[in-house]
Amino acid sequence: MASHTYTPMPDQGAKASVLAYLVTVAVVLLLMMVFGLLMRMEQARVITMGASWFYELMTLHGAGMVGIAGLAGAAIMWHFLRQYVALSQGIFWANLFLFLIGVVMILAGVLLGHFHGAWTFLYPLPGKSMGMWSQGAAALFMGGLLVIGVGFVLLHLDIARALIVRYGSFARSLGWPQLFGHDDGNAPPPTVVASTMVTIVNIAGLVAGASILIMMLVNLYVPSFNIDPLLAKGMIYFFGHVFINATIYMAVIAVYEILPRYTQRPWKSNKVFLASWTASTLMVLFIFPHHLLMDFAFPEWFLIMGHVIGYMNAFPILVVTGYGALMIVYRSGIRWDMASMLLFLSLLGWAAGVMPAFIDGTIAVNYVMHNTLWVPGHFHTYLLLGTVGMLFGFMYYLGKPDEHTQDALLDRLAFWLFMVASLGFTLTFLFSGKESVPRRYAEHLPEWVPYDRIGALFALLVIAAVLVFIIRFLTRLGRAGRDYPRAPLAYAGTA
Amino acid sequence: MSQQIAWQVSLILMSLVVLAFAFVAINSGARQEDYTPLQKRAYRIRSRLFWGMVVVFGSAMLYTLKDLPYGAERDHSGAGAAQIVEAKGFQWRWELSRDHVEAGQPVEFRITSEDANHGFGIYDGTMHLVAQTQAMPGYTNVIRHTFDKPGTYKILCLEYCGIAHHNMITEITVGSL
Ligand code: HEM
Ligand SMILES: [Cu+2]
Ligand SMILES: [Cu+2]
Repeated sequence: MASHTYTPMPDQGAKASVLAYLVTVAVVLLLMMVFGLLMRMEQARVITMGASWFYELMTLHGAGMVGIAGLAGAAIMWHFLRQYVALSQGIFWANLFLFLIGVVMILAGVLLGHFHGAWTFLYPLPGKSMGMWSQGAAALFMGGLLVIGVGFVLLHLDIARALIVRYGSFARSLGWPQLFGHDDGNAPPPTVVASTMVTIVNIAGLVAGASILIMMLVNLYVPSFNIDPLLAKGMIYFFGHVFINATIYMAVIAVYEILPRYTQRPWKSNKVFLASWTASTLMVLFIFPHHLLMDFAFPEWFLIMGHVIGYMNAFPILVVTGYGALMIVYRSGIRWDMASMLLFLSLLGWAAGVMPAFIDGTIAVNYVMHNTLWVPGHFHTYLLLGTVGMLFGFMYYLGKPDEHTQDALLDRLAFWLFMVASLGFTLTFLFSGKESVPRRYAEHLPEWVPYDRIGALFALLVIAAVLVFIIRFLTRLGRAGRDYPRAPLAYAGTA
Repeated sequence: MSQQIAWQVSLILMSLVVLAFAFVAINSGARQEDYTPLQKRAYRIRSRLFWGMVVVFGSAMLYTLKDLPYGAERDHSGAGAAQIVEAKGFQWRWELSRDHVEAGQPVEFRITSEDANHGFGIYDGTMHLVAQTQAMPGYTNVIRHTFDKPGTYKILCLEYCGIAHHNMITEITVGSL
């Protein structure tokens, strides 16, 4: 096992396509964060926009954030995976193009058609608006999701093709020969293993999502085409859970690729690593019943499976990925700059967010916390600090003018602000969840309003920090495309 | 009660994560060139961590399976016959077959929906959730709950069901015998 030595990898600039993804992500992210702030301010009774606007913004925020998290993850994965396998530029562009078409459809459905059935389009709500929106508006929204889904399916099929051409099979690109046999040290690099996992789960998730979307689109116009609401719910949450989870498993590739460059230490695919990714592949596919624990109509074993896998799922994240980051950084002499700080923080966010998540997946707890603000509390922790932290770490890495550049004071302040404000924002949600405040309420009871005000304030601060990150990235776009060394060498050490 | 525990346990576990990351960040400066011994030690600590987590999380996972809210139809614990409440969700109101029950005696809520998905959340006098289940069209979910304290309880909708979701609230009075 030659796993102790680090083989330097050159820093590559981003292709124009990757930059186009990142710019799209940055613009949409900022807009959706502002929508999030507006929702929080409405709940806090600082502004009054009314329930219709609130739920329209909520629908856009959910769909938009999930969509750009997917786009951000795809950009990171594609950028690094390209080092190992031959990916198609055309397909990568096509995905972005379809994404933008889908966004236009969604915006039209929501802003012109006033669709506000939430991003989870839970059957039969889209077809039962009580006159609040038309079938056409619902069809535009769901059609938009479908178009976006088709783009991602194409992208994953291309990745699947490239992986199989290079490695022969998914079993090999997941490192099964080394996992189950003798570890000859030649397992595929972490980026390849992670990309395989994401490709498998996302194709399954997207096929389920597209199927239920098509069924519901048919049902909108042919109501006699009946759908079992329980089946619909299962399919929607399977798709939704897999897709949003996959975003972080893609984005974490930035950590696997960049932290070793900063520490000159390897992040190798050893047996434990391979086992954890194979386990994650299975668990991400089978954990989705934890969204359905309050659907007593499902068989009990199915719900208990959600409970049990929820606990198990925490292991790879904490013991392998989170711990791996700690190992590689400990006494490494790493130079802390915006990129390395954000990537390190992102794993903290992921690992911390796992805690309230698996606790909520405990059936007895879910009984009194499901659909309270506890839920947005835990997922914002790993999406905002985790996925989005990885995204900004990647952006700072790409845009770093050269190995020796020091970050400006403003950026460093923005980093600390981002960390503190994001934690404050998510803890406010969690605390409200503990106080039984329901999620997705346009209007809160007076006793809940103080928490909403604190949450709105933290949200504002998050946006201020993110504005610095985004503007900095946009001013460095020109450089981000060029090939030159970015990651600074660690401080020289003792033997 | 569960909420309080969930919150405290989450805070403790999240703090442990923050402490671990802070510890490593503080000790990141002085580079030890040879990674091999560090790795060996880290792997040893990791397997202890792993087994520690197996024991702690594993027992918590099993212990919490002891008391599940499912299968209420089969459950006949509690004193006396259950008081049956048929509950139906509509966009956007609740219809209850009775809005007065007695404390200390089990109540069986049979919950369904006439249109979209709703969520049937029972809130106590201090506005804390004591029980919930989904209200689904075509299915009847059953909650069995014994109220210890008399008072006015509220039913809130806990599944997003459209523009008046947050107004879908009704009351149920729990009296004392
Ligand atoms: C400044 C940053 C953000 C703010 C202020 C914000 C705010 C909010 C608010 C107020 C809600 C509704 C909570 C409720 O149920 O009452 C929400 C829901 C949500 N947020 Fe965010 N958010 C932010 C960042 C993010 C990010 C980065 C993501 C994902 C990458 C995200 C994904 C979601 C999703 C999926 C929902 C659920 C929507 C639904 O319930 O239908 N948010 N957010
Ligand atoms: Cu409802
Ligand atoms: Cu509702």
